[in-house]
Amino acid sequence: MIKPQDLLCPRPEGLYCPPGDFYIDPVRPVPRAVVTHGHADHARAGHGSVLATPETLAIMGERYGADFTQTRQSAAYGAPVSRDAVEVTLVPAGHVLGSAQAVVRWKGLTMVVSGDYKRRRDPTCAAFEPVLCDVFISEATFGLPVFRHPDDAGEIARLLRSVAQFPHRTHLVGAYALGKAQRIIRLLREAGWDKPIFVHGALERLNSLYEAHGVELGPLLPATTAHKQDFEGAIVIGPPSALVDRWGRRFSDPVLAFASGWMRVRARARQRGVELPLIISDHADWDELTATVDEIRPGELWITHGREEALARWSELQGIPARALALVGYEEEDEA
Amino acid sequence: MRAFADLLDRLSLTASRNAKLTLVRDYLATAPDPDRGWALAALTGELSFSAAKPAFIRKAVEGRMDQVLFAWSYDYVGDLAETVALVWPLRPGANREPALSEVVDALAGAARPEVQRLIEGWLDALPDPTARWALLKLLTGGLRVGVSSRLAKQACADLGGVAIGEVEEVWHALQAPYGDLFAWLEGRGPRPSPNAPGRFRPVMLAQALDEAVDVPRLDPRAYAAEWKWDGIRIQAVSEGGLRRLYSRTGDDISAVFPDVVAALDFDGALDGELLVRRDGGVAPFGDLQQRLNRKTVTAKMLQAYPAVIRAYDILALDGEDLRALTFSERRSRLEGLVAQLSDRRIDLSPLQPFETWAELAALRADPPAGDPQVAEGLMLKRLTSVYEPGRPKGPWFKWKRDPFLIDAVLMYAQRGHGKRSSFYSDYTFGVWTAGPGGDRVLTPVGKAYFGFTDAELKAIDKFVRDNTVERFGPVRAVRAEPQAGLVFEVAFEGLQRSTRHKSGVAMRFPRISRLRWDKPPGEADELSTLERMLDQLAQP
Repeated sequence: MIKPQDLLCPRPEGLYCPPGDFYIDPVRPVPRAVVTHGHADHARAGHGSVLATPETLAIMGERYGADFTQTRQSAAYGAPVSRDAVEVTLVPAGHVLGSAQAVVRWKGLTMVVSGDYKRRRDPTCAAFEPVLCDVFISEATFGLPVFRHPDDAGEIARLLRSVAQFPHRTHLVGAYALGKAQRIIRLLREAGWDKPIFVHGALERLNSLYEAHGVELGPLLPATTAHKQDFEGAIVIGPPSALVDRWGRRFSDPVLAFASGWMRVRARARQRGVELPLIISDHADWDELTATVDEIRPGELWITHGREEALARWSELQGIPARALALVGYEEEDEA
Repeated sequence: MRAFADLLDRLSLTASRNAKLTLVRDYLATAPDPDRGWALAALTGELSFSAAKPAFIRKAVEGRMDQVLFAWSYDYVGDLAETVALVWPLRPGANREPALSEVVDALAGAARPEVQRLIEGWLDALPDPTARWALLKLLTGGLRVGVSSRLAKQACADLGGVAIGEVEEVWHALQAPYGDLFAWLEGRGPRPSPNAPGRFRPVMLAQALDEAVDVPRLDPRAYAAEWKWDGIRIQAVSEGGLRRLYSRTGDDISAVFPDVVAALDFDGALDGELLVRRDGGVAPFGDLQQRLNRKTVTAKMLQAYPAVIRAYDILALDGEDLRALTFSERRSRLEGLVAQLSDRRIDLSPLQPFETWAELAALRADPPAGDPQVAEGLMLKRLTSVYEPGRPKGPWFKWKRDPFLIDAVLMYAQRGHGKRSSFYSDYTFGVWTAGPGGDRVLTPVGKAYFGFTDAELKAIDKFVRDNTVERFGPVRAVRAEPQAGLVFEVAFEGLQRSTRHKSGVAMRFPRISRLRWDKPPGEADELSTLERMLDQLAQP
């Protein structure tokens, strides 16, 4: 009788597959890696070989330079790849451009590693596809019933309303450089904001990469060269840490906004001095997590990182055995 | 409900007063009647529901979801109303979203057992957690969004393009949901009558005296001087059987001062200072503070902290409006009334005779024995001045005593808010004392976040970043050693003993008066210096 832990098991480096001899999203350099998406805590440089979607490989190349690994293997969504006796298929996860779930099949056993994922529409990446499986290995960044992300169009409407209400102030939107920033820009365009959007330098290369992959971002200007008065009534997007630091001082009387699922909890917003929290996340909220488990109905639920205990309890109450892997090394604060 | 929820949501995270004013004014300009009136009543603290208790909101949610998951959620969020609003498991088939006025109307007419069913129905009808949060905050009476009733009145004044005094003057004749107020502000109706008995009259305020500019040009014979008492400014009104005690912003504080209200045995309106008086003398401000910001008062407190009015002006008497009379004329009416009342709970703020400014300056520096010892300084009032709301230039001046000064060492710095969010602008400072091992250590004695210029703020911010020794979230601990660190000259208005502060002292109104880059921290003041100041203050 084959046991799931014969196919995938947690190790300090990350989730390991003994029959295929590879790690999924390892946090330390390993000989063979499968990478679900380009965020730095999942995609690290220095592995012997990396199997990922073409978009993720491009993102890693952009961030770490062309020599981030010795061998790259590109796998398009839905195309099975063999790793020794094990078959690996990358399937869209809906998290950021190129993000994938790793579907791992071996001797009739199917295990799905979700990576980071969300279920709602995102104009900058392919939508999550549920895959039936014996074991679903889920993230749980927002695995508490308090995390319920509202409709993102409504959040963008709140931002635009504030811009109209305070026409002399500059709206600074903190957004993680990979994925969140481009999604916010796309959502602003969809809401009819066609003026130039000012961006922090840290976003420029990834913005170009998204555009090269067909995500149109409209007119963007560097936030460094403009005159102070150009920022009146403008929207500026940058990494959260830069906005509240000295870089942010060039703007007069700014409204500090931050696009993150953590903004759902008021104390979090207050702690960071955020005046306009935008609850926009690239992770599944509680309702999406539970609906996904309900839809897939796996034989077992494993949980990689986040607030494992609440999702595990919910799963047990539904009659689905659950297990917290407590993998370390995955950050949750800034990018969520 | 949604517009009101958005308003509360924004207000709760907005620090700037101007931004708050914009938010409230825009809401009042766009929300329909009577919703906006109820919202205004909620913001000014004039709306409360006794039937909705946090306990049964908790019971309602625990009946719908796993208790362990709820407990973890509550533990994470830390606020009951917010937790319930977020986790609320909706039941399908709910009604349409209720308007704010529907909630108010339904609760006003509901019997207690019905209330829980009503609340559950509304929570089900509100798909947006922010709207559920606003509903629960409204029902449990803790809006805490940092809007004073004065700010709400200012927003009304901005909406109508009128002076705030005009709004304050009619305010107490109005009832929520204020249809007549909005009709007037929007030019659709007449100004509501300000002549309601027992109403608040907007107060007249003094300008700070600029010694170099004002003293040489003012004629000492044209001014009366009196002591500036260290209590709170109040207005005591008794008209047509209605007795009310108002704060200087027009908040009705009668309920917590029944002892004072009982003394208002006249027909008119007095302007004066509320003080606690014991053993024939004025008690420190801290004693009065025991009785402020409460909803009720116990018999024990009435006895321990007996409040009195020290009257200094009179605005109306026996149906006559006295505000157009001169200070001298009002003063003689006031003296007549206080003498006639002959009640120990209402006394007269005595005038301090003087001939020259030099003589008055000497009195200010070294006040005579008795109550003047604990006064904040002096007030100057022109004898011919009429009672004019607001802060007119010229008729009244306050001449505060010089502040206390100490040299303290910067220990911690915290990021500011709004405009200052990129700066470390809130400072905790300390003085030297003997540590547990007999060595010299710093103990925090206060916090200040103003008193410096923008250029100085930049310099302090740079110092904080270059000298951080530890970080705790938004707070940084800064290098503070005898030979390395930053010394502030801190000015403050008064000092009290405090059991809540580790050092045992608490400052009133501390601010940074100078940066002492030149001074080694080891030469900053000792805690014993503050303790000596306390002792001096305690024996007038």
